[in-house]
Formats: sequence, C-alpha cells, structure tokens
Amino acid sequence: MRNWWKFLAIILLLYTIIGGLLIPVPKQVILYESIRNLYFHVPMWFSMIFLFFMSVVYSFKGLSTNNLSFDTKAKELVNAGIIFGILGTITGSIWAKYTWGAWWVNDVKLNGSAITMLIYLAYIVLRGSLDDEQKKARISGVYNIFAFVLLLVFIGILPRMTDSLHPGNGGNPGFNNYDLDNNMKLVFYPAVIAWILLGWWIASIRIRIANLTQKLEA
Amino acid sequence: MKYLALITLLISSFVAKAQDLQMAETMRSEGKIYVVIAVLCVILLGLILYLISIDRKVSKLEKEINS
Repeated sequence: MRNWWKFLAIILLLYTIIGGLLIPVPKQVILYESIRNLYFHVPMWFSMIFLFFMSVVYSFKGLSTNNLSFDTKAKELVNAGIIFGILGTITGSIWAKYTWGAWWVNDVKLNGSAITMLIYLAYIVLRGSLDDEQKKARISGVYNIFAFVLLLVFIGILPRMTDSLHPGNGGNPGFNNYDLDNNMKLVFYPAVIAWILLGWWIASIRIRIANLTQKLEA
Repeated sequence: MKYLALITLLISSFVAKAQDLQMAETMRSEGKIYVVIAVLCVILLGLILYLISIDRKVSKLEKEINS
C-alpha cells in the first residue's frame, strides 16, 4: 500500500468533522460553540507552515545539488501552501467577526499573517519574471529561504512580543490553557495531521502534473 | 463510515460530562446538528472523490507519457 497515507487523511478528516462537531467542548463565554473552529481554522495555518517548510527543504536541496526537479517541488509546495493560507485568513476573519466584532482588526498576528501571504505571493511573481530555468531555480530558492525566515518572524515571534488579541500570543492564553479535560486535544491533534496530509496530497498531485508538463515541453 | 460514527459516539459518551450551561440551545434541542454533520461529510467526501479522480487521471497520464 503505497497510498496508505491518503486513506489515513480521508479517515482523519471524517473524524475531524464528526468528532469536531459532536464531542463536548469547554464552555466559554464569547466563544460558545465557535470554539470548534479550532479544529478547522488552526490546522489551515499548520498545513500552510508545513508545506512552506517542506518547500524550503527542497529549495536547500536544489541549491546544493543544482537539480531542477527540487525546484519544481519547492514551487508547487508553495502554491498549495498559499491556498491553505487564504483559507486560514478567510476562516479567521469570519471567526473574528463573531467573537471580536470585526472582520479584521489591526493586530500583530493578523497583519503578520497578511504580510507573510504577500511575501509568498511575491515568490510566485518573482518566478514568473525569470526566464532562464537555472537562474529561476537559484534566485527563487534563495528567496524562499528568506521568505520562510520572515514567516517565522511575522507569525511566530513578533506576535508573541507585543499585545495581541489572538489566542496564544502577547500573554493571551492559547486554547490549551482552557482545555483542562483534554477533550479538544482528542480532535485537535488528529485534525492537524488530517489537514497536513490533505495539503501534502494536493501538493504531490501538483508536483506530478508539473513534472509531466515539463516532460511534454522538453 | 458507520464504524467511525460509532467510535466517535463511544468516545463522546466517555468524555461527556454533566452539562450545566446550555450552549447553542436551538441547534441541539432540535437534534439537527446531525444534519450539519451529514452535509459536511457529503461535501468532504465529494471533494475527496474529486481529488482521487484527479490523482488517477495524473497516474494514467504518467503511464502514457513515461512509456
């Protein structure tokens, strides 16, 4: 079974939806049932970060071996990651509207994630502006490493250094602090694995299509 | 699918505690949360089946082009 992880993704995704809506959650004012968004909104970002991280790994490999196939992988992983980032932004915006009262607030975490999305969109634009394949692989590979460092700064570090509305940042407790009875972890961890596997699946199909296109063009 | 629901129900019955504060009364008192779950599962399975069909198409193309 070469594709066992795809079945695992399907089963875990089903579990996420069924368990995510049925298993009791801690009672919180303001949040109420919307606390269940944790199983869907947060894994979007985890998947995005995972895909971007794998992309950097392939960029490193590409830069050290000069093998263009690694560059293809890096590019398609970023493409798939951007989709998850967009979904994370939209779901976060909806959640913010019904808990914080606005679709968007000028918060470090939110602006940081928006800047990160722009940085990765610039990666795609940069690739489009270069014609020579070798040059494209080199320059975008270096840019990709730079972009991932900025992602860590904007999403991981800066929001934790100042005040932020977003849970888990700026002295604001994350959901693990509320979750005393471990109910939510029962769904949250499988959900994270499920969405990451789905992201990997989509990216792998994109990589295979890109390889076929290159073969046809050659 | 059937087993999944069963497992989930089993887990939820273990972890269920006495509920003193009612959240989302209209949604659960009607018992229609299951409708939402059914809809979400249909959407998810639909998208997954679509993804599988794309996956298969790519495999087919790979076989054709690589041979």
